[in-house]
Amino acid sequence: MWDYTEKVKDHFLNPRNVGEIENPDGAGEVGSLACGDALRLSFKLDENKRIKEAKFKTFGCASAIASSSALTEIIKGKTLEEAAKVTNQDIANYLGGLPEEKMHCSVMGREALEIAIANYHGQKVVKEDFEIICKCFGVTDREIIKAIREDDLKTVEQVTYYTKAGGGCEQCHPKIEALINQVRKEMAKEAPPLQQEKKKLTNIQKIKLIQETLGREIIPALKADGGDLELIDVEGNKVYVALRGKCSFCPSSEFTLKKYVETKLREFVSDDIELEEVRL
Amino acid sequence: MKTVYVDNNATTKVAPEVLEEMLPYFSELYGNPSSMHFFGGQVQKKVNEAREKVADLLGADPPEIVFTSCGTESDNAAILGTLDSYPEKRHLITTRVEHPAIGNVGTYLGRKGYRVSELSVDREGRLDVDELRESFTDETALVTIMYANNETGVIFPIEEIGEIVKAKGIPFHTDAVQTVGKIPINMKKSKVDMLSLSGHKLHAPKGIGVLYIRKGTKFSPFMIGGHQEKGRRGGTENVPYIIGLGKACELAKRHLDEENTRIKVLRDYLEAKLLEKIPNTLVNGDRNHRLPNTVSVSFEYVEGESILLLLSDLGICASSGSACTSGSLEPSHVLRAMGVPFTAAHGSIRFSLSIYNTKEEMDYIIEHLPPIIQRLRDISPFWKDYLKSQGKG
Ligand SMILES: Cc1ncc(COP(=O)(O)O)c(C=O)c1O
Ligand code: FES
Repeated sequence: MWDYTEKVKDHFLNPRNVGEIENPDGAGEVGSLACGDALRLSFKLDENKRIKEAKFKTFGCASAIASSSALTEIIKGKTLEEAAKVTNQDIANYLGGLPEEKMHCSVMGREALEIAIANYHGQKVVKEDFEIICKCFGVTDREIIKAIREDDLKTVEQVTYYTKAGGGCEQCHPKIEALINQVRKEMAKEAPPLQQEKKKLTNIQKIKLIQETLGREIIPALKADGGDLELIDVEGNKVYVALRGKCSFCPSSEFTLKKYVETKLREFVSDDIELEEVRL
Repeated sequence: MKTVYVDNNATTKVAPEVLEEMLPYFSELYGNPSSMHFFGGQVQKKVNEAREKVADLLGADPPEIVFTSCGTESDNAAILGTLDSYPEKRHLITTRVEHPAIGNVGTYLGRKGYRVSELSVDREGRLDVDELRESFTDETALVTIMYANNETGVIFPIEEIGEIVKAKGIPFHTDAVQTVGKIPINMKKSKVDMLSLSGHKLHAPKGIGVLYIRKGTKFSPFMIGGHQEKGRRGGTENVPYIIGLGKACELAKRHLDEENTRIKVLRDYLEAKLLEKIPNTLVNGDRNHRLPNTVSVSFEYVEGESILLLLSDLGICASSGSACTSGSLEPSHVLRAMGVPFTAAHGSIRFSLSIYNTKEEMDYIIEHLPPIIQRLRDISPFWKDYLKSQGKG
């Protein structure tokens, strides 16, 4: 069973604004029967050029219907400039969140809106102008790139959750992978990561941060190999740890592990950390 | 809210008689059947009785029954245990509509360099026996073909297939997880060498299965360990569950008639009423060769998960072959293999009955499902288009 929020359930069971507007000012449709979901959106503006009425018809699962319903509620009363800024994340947030596997439902909402607004301006968003990356679901490079950027996607799996691309025969996975690499490189160039200023920490903060770092970065990997590591003490910049399980019997452990743990602690806690292994 | 449980191909209720039979073996009668002392011996006796009851339902000899941890283990053991016995043969024949417990083993073996032939099915879910005949090679180590399909209930002609496979001298396994307890099976007259079943599909608990291995069949244990199950499956026996499964098989034998009369009538009634009351509804699978308890119906232009959730809201528990419910994005591989059009594949619902279902429950579904489909069609953009195309819009 999907873990839907109360808000999703409410909008699924009692969808708002179902229907199609006669002579709409703008209308857009995305998806198809083959894809398993589709949304037809239409709207009418009032004299102040604000969206007076928005209606939808959706074929799809509960979260697709709820996302469409949410979308119409969100855009009502907005100008087209404002509506154009609505992101799929806004739709998901409005619903109190969607399961990650279902994020494509919110993306479908955003895409239909984009097409409907273009339709108002007498333009067309033509898929043919772009390269279809995923044949199974007819997803273009443009859509995938947009999702990677806007939703900060890092893996093929995430791209599938958000755009459906890659959810079928999987033949497009190498292409999606390449797109992710390309886009993330561009993103990194555009916004070089801020060198995080390592703050001066109180002793308590420091111990907590060390524990967190060990718990997140080090211990899970050790445990997977049958080992473990215990934080014994912290004195100034000296951190004392004991190795447990398999690691404690392995002569090569000391050197490699020490270097590795030290590097991680320096990265996340403080540049002057020194690691000491104790045997208890 | 009352619960109408019509998802018995997913799992079944543990019969009260089964539970009662199991309970002492969780508490006072905890001996190990392998022990020399009387305390283990009395448990051993009970395990043997359970083995006899399973054998009795299948028309098998008790030593041919190997207890496993589930249907999936039985399937894995049958395939990997056979391949291990014929290391020089690197080809496997199966179908496109198997349960993942077979299908994904095939995929895994493909990655390991085996050649895997997957037989196709037609629009009704039927196998083409000639395609099987053309698939054999000198390298073929095993043929594994399910007895009946979990999604559509379509029954394959296992004995006809068995004749063909045995004429080639190749081992033949069938996944009968959905079949045992629903239609009669008699291994004495069968050409099947190995057969998988799972407890939780016939009113025993989850986590117990059987692999039937015909006497004389080459087999290497999949679970390597102690001498239990005559060295064919290591690990101390799951005593209470084995005893529960024995009881469930005894009950299943008694209920076989009812399955094929009263339950079949209920299923046919449900199916006929849904077809009558809901336009653009179709049944998936060959209605002439089908398990008595299963019906897969597709409602065009609506999506399965939405239907299921609205049903669930009324206490009705069914399942769907739609993409959104499987956690994947594509509709069920079974419906796709059958070439069910997308208009229908996404809106498929499976009802699977058991002896615990009643006519009142069918009427409850028949009353509530048509408005649910109508409501979703009113939301669906394609329904109005369809009506328009038919000149009804
Ligand atoms: C045809 C078929 N084979 C195998 C299995 C797996 O059985 P189990 O759940 O006991 O592992 C199932 C159950 O879903 C099934 O329907
Ligand atoms: S081409 Fe993308 S999943 Fe098939």
